[in-house]
Amino acid sequence: MNEIAEQLDRLLAARVTPELLRAAEAGAFAADLWGELEAMGLPLALVPEGLGGAGLGFAEAAPLWLALGRHAAPVPLGEAMLGAGLLGAAGVAPPTGVLTVATSASAVPFGRDAAHVVLGAVALHRHRLAAARTNLTREPRDAVDPGAALAEGTLPDRHGPRAIRFGLALLRAAQMAGAVEKALALAVDWANTRQQFGRPIGRFQAVQQQLAAMAGEVAAAGTAVTLAARAADARGLDGAAFEIACAKIVAGEAATLGAATAHQVFAAMGITEEHELHRLTRRLWAWRDEGGNEKSWAEEVGRDVLARGGAALWPDLTARDVA
Amino acid sequence: MRFDLPTLPAEASALRGEVRAFLQDWAPRWTPEIRARSWMGFDRAFSEALGARGWIGMCWPRAYGGHERSFLERNVVLEELLAAGAPVGAHWIGDRQSGPLILRLASEEVKRRILPGIAAGTLAFCIGLSEPEAGSDLAALRSNAERRGQGWVLNGRKIWTTFAHKSDHMIALVRTAPAPEGGPRQAGLSQFLVDLTTPGITIRPIRDIAGADSFNEVTFDGVELPADALIGAEGKGWAQATSELAFERSGPDRVLSSFPALVDAVEALRGTGGAEQTVGRMVARLHALRGMSWSVAGQLAAGGLPNVEAALVKDAGNSFEQALPERLRELFHAEDLPEGLRRLLDMLAAMAPTFSLRGGTREILRGIIARDLGLR
Ligand SMILES: Cc1cc2nc3c(=O)[nH]c(=O)nc-3n(C[C@H](O)[C@H](O)[C@H](O)COP(=O)(O)OP(=O)(O)OC[C@H]3O[C@@H](n4cnc5c(N)ncnc54)[C@H](O)[C@@H]3O)c2cc1C
Repeated sequence: MNEIAEQLDRLLAARVTPELLRAAEAGAFAADLWGELEAMGLPLALVPEGLGGAGLGFAEAAPLWLALGRHAAPVPLGEAMLGAGLLGAAGVAPPTGVLTVATSASAVPFGRDAAHVVLGAVALHRHRLAAARTNLTREPRDAVDPGAALAEGTLPDRHGPRAIRFGLALLRAAQMAGAVEKALALAVDWANTRQQFGRPIGRFQAVQQQLAAMAGEVAAAGTAVTLAARAADARGLDGAAFEIACAKIVAGEAATLGAATAHQVFAAMGITEEHELHRLTRRLWAWRDEGGNEKSWAEEVGRDVLARGGAALWPDLTARDVA
Repeated sequence: MRFDLPTLPAEASALRGEVRAFLQDWAPRWTPEIRARSWMGFDRAFSEALGARGWIGMCWPRAYGGHERSFLERNVVLEELLAAGAPVGAHWIGDRQSGPLILRLASEEVKRRILPGIAAGTLAFCIGLSEPEAGSDLAALRSNAERRGQGWVLNGRKIWTTFAHKSDHMIALVRTAPAPEGGPRQAGLSQFLVDLTTPGITIRPIRDIAGADSFNEVTFDGVELPADALIGAEGKGWAQATSELAFERSGPDRVLSSFPALVDAVEALRGTGGAEQTVGRMVARLHALRGMSWSVAGQLAAGGLPNVEAALVKDAGNSFEQALPERLRELFHAEDLPEGLRRLLDMLAAMAPTFSLRGGTREILRGIIARDLGLR
């Protein structure tokens, strides 16, 4: 974790309380938290310094996105960073206020709370709410009427026409990596505390083996995200299509196994409204499907690999290593 | 648990090209069975040719036949060999395990006598850990060495010793003192360099599931060893043998064992539809696992000892290596399977169970990971 990510992690640990999450999931936007994040300059983290941002790369941003996942932060900070970063890359000055980004106007994260949305490749819109919706995260995923673009820019080729899709996939993969890591920590803690048959359940090999396997998934997801973020810095979002797809696939698979394992270890306690586990696992389940699910990305990767043939596979894989 | 990624050395991609060009001449000689056996294949001529190119003992000092290349460059060579399915067994153990141990702990005389041979690909090593009554519970081993005169006398029995019948030396872990009463059983174990031509050693091959002689039973009956056969400190063998497990557990040999089948399957399926999702998922896993393995390599190169990270690479890597041939099998109708790929998958089916046994079983590894997560 870099220094800004540690700062953000500490802030979220203090602010994202069960009460805040409960209120947010009931529809109250966490405006105070957003205000603090804005005061730290975080929404503009990916924006070039010339346009008033911090000029961070994706590799520096990814740890922030993991922190957002770890704490199930109920604000569109990742979306704002991505949207502002892409506007900046297209030479458009990002607006002030809550900003979000979406691949489609029919499911806009925090659409009702955001003043602006970034769509296309890329355009800034001051949208209007069309239909309020949520998904399993219990966060807004609203249908909006985008209206005419306020400003439009052209992304450099390295980010390409599908930049928002790639960016959202990377964001959700990073959030999943953070959330599954936290779910593991909670489950380990619980396994050491909960006693049955006169000992902590973490003493039972059956429980240990499952948590160890989950740790492997946590490691794979985190590593795949780091690889993707590094590739995006080196070659742009379009140039990192392969690594981003892999990250979304692996993080999605880790989410599936990790959520199931954590629930198995927590048993009934994890099913309660009161317990924090479901705030992570509901997001893990939903994030798998946002920004393209495992199947759709796997088909894309598989199509490319099969088109290139077996002899090209290893040379292609290693040629992508970031030196 | 950390998985920071190293920056690859600038020489890495040129080195890949050199190794690939070298392998191109050899590849036509490798049957599907050889490629499926991966580092369980044994070919002295190949290892010697590799040694002549300077690709064994790469990180060791030149004084001992090494080449003073970086640990990450070595990792590039390992990946290329495994991706091609090269039969690297004649030098694999010496390069990965025995050589580094000797370099670290043996006498100057032993280093000068042994290491250049390993680096040249002419001295083959095997690992003498398991015994009939000591598998996962390695500290239960009973083979022992007693001091006699200046040297030692070795008695006992090792089993499952891969390529003992083709190797020149074994590094054996044996008991040199009884475990202290009520103390840890790991105390009193020592490591020895055993020249397998020494009188009193009987090596009996045990035919494996694929009908090949790959592992052995090795009996020691009053085997006399010189004083400097003791490697490192008397009684410290356990710590010596386990302290650097991260090097053994995290390498590409825990990820790429069945990779040649993916190459052939993709080639066979080229231009057809229906296999995209399976292939995509497998390639994504492989990509992430390579990253994890490279991360551990980077930490090792920087002087760290990322033991849990290494155990995680082995466990997750072994699961991938085992899943890959299973998923690929489902992509074909048996009748349409190209003959070469069928032979490769047949051999892999027999090899795959060993992936999560050799070098520590899945259960033992997960126990280590669990302990490090803070369980127990
Ligand atoms: C192909 C191959 C090559 C090998 N080469 C070598 C070699 O060169 N040199 C060498 O020394 N050894 C070698 N081995 C041996 C290998 O190290 C052992 O097979 C391994 O350590 C397991 O020991 P075991 O086979 O006696 O199984 P056991 O220890 O009897 O285990 C049987 C089963 O019980 C499980 N088990 C055991 N203890 C526990 C526990 N505490 N908790 C949970 N589950 C447990 C194991 O995980 C396993 O599933 C090789 C093995 C294979 C398959």
